[in-house]
Amino acid sequence: MATDPAVAAAVADAHRREWAFVLAATARVTRDLDLAEECVQDAYAKALTVWGERGIPRRPGAWLTTTARNRATDELRRRAALHRTLPRLLDRTAGPGPQDPAPEPSGDGEEFPDDRLRLIFTCCHPALAEEAKVALTLRLLCGLTTAEVARAFLVGETAMAARITRAKKKIAAAHIPYRVPPAGELPDRIDAVLTVVHLVFTTGHTAPAGDDLVRRDLVERAVDLARMLRTLLPQDAGVAGLLALILLTDARREARSAEDGRMLLLAEQDRRRWDRAQIDEGLALVREALRPRPPGRFALMAAVAAVHAEAPSWQETDWHEVVALYDLLVQIWPSPVVALNRAVAVGFAAGPAAGLAALDALAAEPQLAGYGYLAAARADFLRRLDRTAEARLAYREALLLTANTVERDFLADRLRALDAAGPG
Amino acid sequence: MAQYLILVYREEARVAAASADEWEAALKDHLAFQERNAAALLGANALHFTETATSVRPDGSGGSAVTDGPFAETKEALGGYYLVEAADLDEAIAVAEQVPVHFGGGVEVRPVRVFD
Repeated sequence: MATDPAVAAAVADAHRREWAFVLAATARVTRDLDLAEECVQDAYAKALTVWGERGIPRRPGAWLTTTARNRATDELRRRAALHRTLPRLLDRTAGPGPQDPAPEPSGDGEEFPDDRLRLIFTCCHPALAEEAKVALTLRLLCGLTTAEVARAFLVGETAMAARITRAKKKIAAAHIPYRVPPAGELPDRIDAVLTVVHLVFTTGHTAPAGDDLVRRDLVERAVDLARMLRTLLPQDAGVAGLLALILLTDARREARSAEDGRMLLLAEQDRRRWDRAQIDEGLALVREALRPRPPGRFALMAAVAAVHAEAPSWQETDWHEVVALYDLLVQIWPSPVVALNRAVAVGFAAGPAAGLAALDALAAEPQLAGYGYLAAARADFLRRLDRTAEARLAYREALLLTANTVERDFLADRLRALDAAGPG
Repeated sequence: MAQYLILVYREEARVAAASADEWEAALKDHLAFQERNAAALLGANALHFTETATSVRPDGSGGSAVTDGPFAETKEALGGYYLVEAADLDEAIAVAEQVPVHFGGGVEVRPVRVFD
């Protein structure tokens, strides 16, 4: 019997909206991530047939949670009968933690705790490698399959499966706790979570390689995760900053490539194609995010994006404000990539010669060696200074260091334009 | 509760070059650490330098090959350990963060495996 399209759509929707909630609530029963995943996958499969027969439940998330937890309880009984012991997730608190929001009523008297924060703090624990945190977050919070996670990061499926297995094994063997960290540790731990979500976003926003400039699926997952964090941690300025940054940057999505797929720089974009509703939401969040003194790094990056969002045109951009924001940012986050962005802003605020000087001050940064954007930025300043021969060299260097097809086409276009302009 | 072995690594060259005062200070810090964490500590020992180590490996024909020196020569070598009991990794890390570091290096936290 073919599945009713309405039922299939409801299950797909519940997968996107409820996966993290259902898995987090099930993991509390199983204390084992693999078993929890198995039971949740099973519940979704069951939904396809049961919802077809009995109709779509009023609260799909609660139905899926009950089904997954029942299955988990059965499985645990069976395993106990087989005297198999399981590595358990640790949960030292008996009741809901201080950070736990109100439980989700299922509609039939049963209530489930919202354990999504526990789940994401476990996936982003500092004892896990950065790449493992990202993989676990996409897998457990977003419900991506291992194959999808592997594709997102251009890794083979076997390698990704090994990475995820290894991380889960460490969570169980080293007893990484399944809980919301205590208040004293919370700021650092939230920052680790935000870093992971930001990485998912930037990987999607400009795919490191391949034929598409944007990996829309990853961008949407990052938006979902940031919105989820905003719901769970509504008072946190860092969360507001990250969501603002993502919304303001992603608002330009439609304007970033021309009809033929060619990449358009901020200067060339048709600002009428920017998503105004998303910008308005982002601007309100930036104001909230900038309240703490000093503001956090995501708030400052979002503030830079806000300056662009509010400028009626490229020419009217307040570059002095952008430089001032980057000055604050390098103080709290002394990263060479931030310094590079600051140097580029200096070039627009004070002219290409000043920008080039700021860039050349960074030439010795080992972290920027092999970073295509440094060469691309130098090429642009050199071109504007009419130092054509050096500009050509810099474009060629940038081309060697860039694997994204759309970005490569852009650089090649610039190089051709210089060649057409004659010898320099 | 779970058990964790905190492996203390340090640069032997720096330990060897330490003055009596530096040595004294390190010892004092470790004793203070042990006192502060007495409830969690199950055992601890310091080791002689790796120059005193002997490695023993199967020789492939039923016997063993005994060689002078540690398994791996590294700048930072294992110099001692603490065996601790903790509720979870966060608690074990909280203890590990207090281990005094005097001669470079740092510590590694390893969960103790339980067979059942």
